[in-house]
Amino acid sequence: MRIIISNQSELPIYAQIKEQLKEQILNGQIPEGSTLPSIRQLAKEVGVSVITTTRAYSDLEAEGFIATMQGKGSVVLSKDNSMVRERYLMRIEEGLTGAIETARVMGLPDEELSGIFQNLLHDAADKT
Amino acid sequence: MELLEVRGVSKHYKDFSLENINFVLPKGYIMGYVGQNGAGKTTTLNLITNLCKCTEGEIYVDGITCREDEVRYKECIGYIGDAFYYPPNFTVKNICGILKNFYTTFSVEKFNELTHKWKLSDKMKVQDFSRGMRVKLMFAAVLSRDTKLLVLDEATNGLDPVVRAEVLQLLQDYIADGERSVIFSTHILSDLEQIADYIYFIDEGKPILYDTKDELLENYLLVKGERRAVTPQLAKELIGIADNAYGFEAILGSDKAALLTREMHFEKPTIDEIVIHYIKDRNEPGKESQAI
Repeated sequence: MRIIISNQSELPIYAQIKEQLKEQILNGQIPEGSTLPSIRQLAKEVGVSVITTTRAYSDLEAEGFIATMQGKGSVVLSKDNSMVRERYLMRIEEGLTGAIETARVMGLPDEELSGIFQNLLHDAADKT
Repeated sequence: MELLEVRGVSKHYKDFSLENINFVLPKGYIMGYVGQNGAGKTTTLNLITNLCKCTEGEIYVDGITCREDEVRYKECIGYIGDAFYYPPNFTVKNICGILKNFYTTFSVEKFNELTHKWKLSDKMKVQDFSRGMRVKLMFAAVLSRDTKLLVLDEATNGLDPVVRAEVLQLLQDYIADGERSVIFSTHILSDLEQIADYIYFIDEGKPILYDTKDELLENYLLVKGERRAVTPQLAKELIGIADNAYGFEAILGSDKAALLTREMHFEKPTIDEIVIHYIKDRNEPGKESQAI
């Protein structure tokens, strides 16, 4: 787990913590089922107020990334969780929409774009 | 569960009044008590430690007032001030000898462990200590007792950045188990920006702002721009407009952001900036800004 707070960021500190944890949960650096440090532990380590870390965790909980249980702490939920799945789908759509827009800008025919996509899928399949 | 409750507290002196201070500090949190010199910060903290008595109102520490059980009330509190309060010709050993007879929960082992860790010489007279060493000695004395509330009055004044960072870490360690709390007054607001959970801001004895630090930072914007671009509606909402030859700077409630025009620049403020503009606003003639 890695958290870096920037004073230059336009994002408030709680949002910086939230976004960084989310990123690491989504890319698997923080595996599902693992327990996050307690709110107080995290505040102490990062040097921020307890209310700030509380807010970051409650937002992550509301978005379905973690569940906080009395006495057990905050546990990273499975990625099959419907809310998290929804976020993944959104990311995919965003990425693909970006590709489509770029293709339109350069006037690439849809068949060619689709061809690129198929090729990339093949390459990815070969790698795994 | 509240650790410190200040209910309707006022204190009247001949030429200064502290009026209607109200707040609660739950267990496990840090409150920053902010204001200009002479705003009433030390008076408030002295009322909490019962160094002086409230004219009106009531203060509870861990559920009891000082009248109910003075010894228990005072045993709960650890106080560190701006001034060093041990006799200058004492050594660390002398001080330890006195404290262990004075406080029932004082642990000599804990005290020795802390003074050793912070390299505070046993034999040197404390008058030869640096400011940083003196502050550490006061912390060692307070942390060797079983306290629930730390009251710090400008305790980080005159400390170099390294020692100050160590002190902030100490405070976070102190509240880490969620059972103890800290109230500290300071005018070095960057200290608060880091670790304070709540901010209470007073001016001329009156409360001005009281909120969680995060809310406070989110509820205001720092606005900059040219004075001629300010609409009359916007002028009414801007707090503490500071003019210079080429533009102005002021604070604006985030909920009023719709009044801003494209020509204006806005960004998130620091606590310093919020405080400076609020005080400027209160000092403007003909403008009676309300206390909370």
